[in-house]
Formats: sequence, structure tokens, C-alpha cells
Amino acid sequence: MIHLQEPQEQFQHDADRTTADEPRRAAVRKALGNYQIARGKTENAFASWQHARDAAATIKYEGVNHLDRYLREFEEKFTARGGKVFWASNSAQAREYILNLARERGVKSIVKSKAMTSEEIHLNDALEKDGYHVIESDLGEFIQQLKHEPPYHFVFPCMHLKRDEISALFERELGSAKTDSPEELTMIARRVLRQHYINADMGISGGNFIVAETGMISITENEGNARLTTALPKIHVALIGIEKIVPRLADLSLFLPMLATAGTGQQLTCYNSMYGGPRLAGEIDGPEEFHVVLLDNHRTRLLADAEQRDALHCIRCGACLNVCPIFKNIGGHAYGTTYQGPIGSVITPHYRGLQDWKHLSGASSLCGACTEACPVKIDIHHHLLQNRRNAVAEKKVWWEELIWFGFRHLMKRPWAYKLAVRLAPVGQLFHPFVYGTELDPVQSWTKTRDFPEAAPQSFHDWWRERKGARK
Amino acid sequence: MRVTLFIPCFIDSLYPKVAMSIVQILERLGHEVDYPEGQTCCGQPPFNSGYWDEAREVAARQLEIFRDAEVVVSASGSCGAMFKKFYLELFHGRPEEEAARQLSAKTYEFSEFLVNKLGVRDVGARFEGKVTFHDGCHGLRELGTKQAPRELLRAVKGLELVEMGEAESCCGFGGMFAVKYPQISTAMAEVKCNSIVETGVDYVVSNDSSCLMQIQGYLSRHSPRVVKSLHLAEVLAQQ
Repeated sequence: MIHLQEPQEQFQHDADRTTADEPRRAAVRKALGNYQIARGKTENAFASWQHARDAAATIKYEGVNHLDRYLREFEEKFTARGGKVFWASNSAQAREYILNLARERGVKSIVKSKAMTSEEIHLNDALEKDGYHVIESDLGEFIQQLKHEPPYHFVFPCMHLKRDEISALFERELGSAKTDSPEELTMIARRVLRQHYINADMGISGGNFIVAETGMISITENEGNARLTTALPKIHVALIGIEKIVPRLADLSLFLPMLATAGTGQQLTCYNSMYGGPRLAGEIDGPEEFHVVLLDNHRTRLLADAEQRDALHCIRCGACLNVCPIFKNIGGHAYGTTYQGPIGSVITPHYRGLQDWKHLSGASSLCGACTEACPVKIDIHHHLLQNRRNAVAEKKVWWEELIWFGFRHLMKRPWAYKLAVRLAPVGQLFHPFVYGTELDPVQSWTKTRDFPEAAPQSFHDWWRERKGARK
Repeated sequence: MRVTLFIPCFIDSLYPKVAMSIVQILERLGHEVDYPEGQTCCGQPPFNSGYWDEAREVAARQLEIFRDAEVVVSASGSCGAMFKKFYLELFHGRPEEEAARQLSAKTYEFSEFLVNKLGVRDVGARFEGKVTFHDGCHGLRELGTKQAPRELLRAVKGLELVEMGEAESCCGFGGMFAVKYPQISTAMAEVKCNSIVETGVDYVVSNDSSCLMQIQGYLSRHSPRVVKSLHLAEVLAQQ
């Protein structure tokens, strides 16, 4: 893989490579086709999926627009039961807190369940650099960790891999025998992971929802790995983005089935757990210490943008990726971001800089499939348009400016426009000589597609002629 | 009814037959058709590229040109969405806001106009052939146009309508996107065109010529079989 300096160049380069990989594209398309069928069926089990979306958007609006109140309510209730809350403004603070905790408590081995926030702050790198052994316990994340690759999709981390690739990886990294059976592959990972749960003295998790009313966090998962990760080690650290807030416990009666439906097409994920604090006197299990790290890391910057604030409603279901034709064709790694797909293209410029990441907002046909699929009604594709506008307002690109200067003056003058339309067929006489070559002004079109011929007579001229004849 | 046509610039120059067909159909249905000759482009290309000031200058002219129209019919769902939805954003909080609102309220995409404004389904067309319909995304998701073109096609004598797999999937055109990210745009076209070819149709029909430019462009270069693209109006005009 070639590493380029600018994220935009890297993106173009990676998209060239991944769009040329037809077998991989076909496999991803097929998997997501199955997802769409399953999801469609589950959506129909709701009395009204559209009303459920409205209700979910209203609840998240309430939570996100009163973050200050609800987060404090959570902290109060959670600490009253012996939990500790750390407010991390940025990734460095979050990393430092967790590192210090590990150092102070003499931690040796760490097990981790799925947490995109940890990818966001590059937690594993920091812990490993400090000498800690960290193991991912979610099967997909475990595979990606063995592969030394970031997740391909923030819900399905290794959806791009085929069975034989996983078997070969396990053979190489774990010394297991070759197998074609998904069950057998799962058992291999399970055997390795079980030992780690027992040895680990710190468990790190993410969190799907923060419930203000009861001071609890909610984790949904399909493998039971998060339960083991959070219950067996003596310290549990949950790293959660502040936008995961919901005001009331009852809100989960909507959000748990909704997340399952939009995320995987399931009616409910297999394990839904609520965590309210460390082990109390008289309780037989649970961690001795429980820390919740509330991560801002530029989320408040997005909160300050009234136009795009609803992007904080995101429950990370991944539905927008699953229906996105861009994602399906370029795959998750090409984005170069923690959060891939349409929602990633919306929020990454806010989190990591508009000028460096605006190209992701440009790399969209604005088809709107994402917005249609979003269970919490984030206006995703229009936010891509707004990012484009904001990027231009901040810093214009000289050659683009030149194009639109010319365009504006042409389109403001009907006579100039008509002249251009009349000259087009003449200009096109020369097109065959350069067609598809470097000299072709529309080469990026004609390299892969035929270009239509300008009509000998425009509609405008036809209309005039007809009007003249009728008089 | 006096119907004022909005013919997007690329239809004017590349696909004039689409506009001629619309004139023919509307006149056949007994309506008076008007075409303000000062119209050029709706401003969508700079708008989508983030250059809203430039888009606004071009769009402001259109507000003037169509100010006195009773109803405006757009030959393209995408450019229609520009009039109907995006002008409201472009002119939000500006002196032209009211004019933008008025234009939005009286603008119709061609198939919506026939079915939902005029209440016409059968325009008396005859067209022999097996056809699949491609939903342009702007028409489909910005304007909510899904059934109208299908109802019109089903009423055409001799025409067999076949749905393709993932009909609502984008063709990958996306305006400047098609040339800024040609590899992604082409990959999307490939998926779309495979769905089209798999249906075994002779024609792919859409209410958006921009999608058809992409689809035809890909098909004529790569398709093992000849599939011709036609705008809905070109089909409905045939007798």
C-alpha cells in the first residue's frame, strides 16, 4: 500500500485500487443485500417504522440539546453508586487517564470489547507503547487486530474478509488448522479469548447509550464478549462519546430494537446489558472499580453548529454505510477515517479539520439513500452539501473559482449561453481526435464512458423556428 | 392550462428531443405551452460544488424569468429539485426568499405534473418494447416521485414494464462527482447497468436525462447487449 501525504490524494489512490477489485465489491454488495432483506422484514415488525424514527429523533434532540443537564444527571447517579466519571476534552486526556489508571493499579493484561471511541483516540497504540498487552474480544475486531488493520466498517469490522482469508490468518497467527467452517473459526477465537478474560485485570468497553435518569450505561452486543470483558477483570473502563446520552430508561425500549433493526436487521441484539456501577458489598460479581470516560474530542464543536448538530443523534448503527453506493464500491478502508461512510464524511471534517477532510463530502453523488435509511433522521446528505459550502466559504480553490466565475458569466447572459450551445456541435467535430486521451478536456468522463453528442439543433433554436413558422 | 417549461441547459443542448416531446405531449393534452427564452441553467453545478454565491446569481435570474408563470414543469427531476427545494435554502433569509417560495410551490417534475396535477395517466401513447425504469435520486428522494412515472408507463400500449434489481440505487452520475471521482462514479454505473442488462430489456427509461447520460455512456462502451436509454417523455410522445 502506498502512503500519500494528503488525505485527499490518499483517498483518490485507494478508491482507484478498491473500485478495481470487483470480487471484493461483489462480496460486500451481496452481504449488504442480505442485510437489506433482513432489515426490511424487521422494520415491518414495527407498528410504524417512520413514527419510530420520528420518536427517536425527538428523544435524541432532547438529549443532545440538553447535554449539560443530562450528563450531569448521569454523573450524579453513577458516582452515587461508587462509579467514577472522567470528563475528557480531547483524545490525549482520555488516553492519559486510562494509562495512568493502568499504571497506578499495576495492570498487566487488558481485554477490550468493541469501542469505536478507542479507535478514535488510538487507545491500543498508546497502551501497547506503554508495554500493556491489549486484546480485542469482539470476533471481528479480534480478526482485524490480528491483521493489523483498522475496522472496515464500524459495525461489521471484518465484513470484507472471506472465510478462507480468516482461516489463513488464524493459521498464520494462532497456529490453528485450516477450516472452512464459520463455527470452527469462532471456536478457535473463543479458545484464545477465554484465557485472556481470565488473565485480564482491566476490561475496556465502549457504550451504546448513556442513560441519565438511572446513571447507567447500556451495551448491546451479539457475542457475550462485552459481558465477560466488563465483569471478569477487577477494573472496568467504559470510553463513551458524550452524544450517546438518552434522558430516560424507557427510551431504550425504542432504541434497543431500533439499533438492532437498523444495524443488523435483528429484532434485538443477543445481549443487552445495563451497567450501573462497580460491585457493591454483598454482590457476588462485577468489577471492583468502574470508570466512565466521557469523551468530547470535538463533539462540542459539532454541537455548536446548529445546522449540523443533529449529526450527534447518531447511534452508530451503520445503516447509512450499508445502503451507501459509495461505501459499497470503495469499501471502508478507503475513507481513511475512524467512522466510515456517509456519517463519517459528515462528522470527520468537524472532528479532524474541514480542509483536510472536505473531499469526503465531495465524494458523494448526493443520492440521499443514507438520509432515508437513518433511524434517527439525520439529514446526512444535505450536511455533505453544507460541508462543501463551508469549505468554500473558508477557503476557495483557485481553479474552481475560475470555473464558476466563467460559468456564472456564461449563464447570466442568455446570448453567450446560446452561442456556446451553438458552437458545441462544431467543437465536438474535433473531439474524436483527442477522445479519451490526456488532451481530452472531459477525459475523466471519456476514459470509462461515452460522451453524448451535442444535438445539431438545440431545443431553444427549434422553439424559435417553430414560433417563427407559426406566425 | 398555460404550462411554462423549464428546460435544463444540458437537455437544451444535448437532448432537445426530450423537451420537444414534452411540448408535443402537453399540446396533445390540450394545454398551452410556454418557454421563456431567457432561461439558461438553474445553478445546480456551482451549488453542489459549494459555490453558493455564484449559484445564487444564476438562480436569481430564474426567479425573475419564471415569476409570472402559472405552473412550471421541469424536464428533469434533479433540476426540478433545485427549483423546488434547494432555492429555498439558497435564498433563505434573503430578499428573494418569497419569490423562491412561490417558484417552489408551482414547480412540478414532468411525471408528477401529468399524474398528480393534471390527473392524467394515459396520454394515448403506444410504444412496442420491454422497458425498465430508473429512478433518478433527486426525483425519488428530494421530490418523492416514485409511482407517477410507473403509472404513466403502465398505461402505454405495447409497453412491458420490468423492474430491475435495486431500482432505487444511484447510477453514480452526481454532477461534478462524475468527473471528480470518475473511478467511484464508473463503479456505480457498472452496478446499475448490470441490473439493467439482467432484466433483458431493450430500453431503460428515466425521468432524468442526467442519469441517462451516465447510464448510456457506460452501456454503449461496455454492455454486451444493446440497451437504449430514453427519457420518459420520449416514450410518452410516441403514438
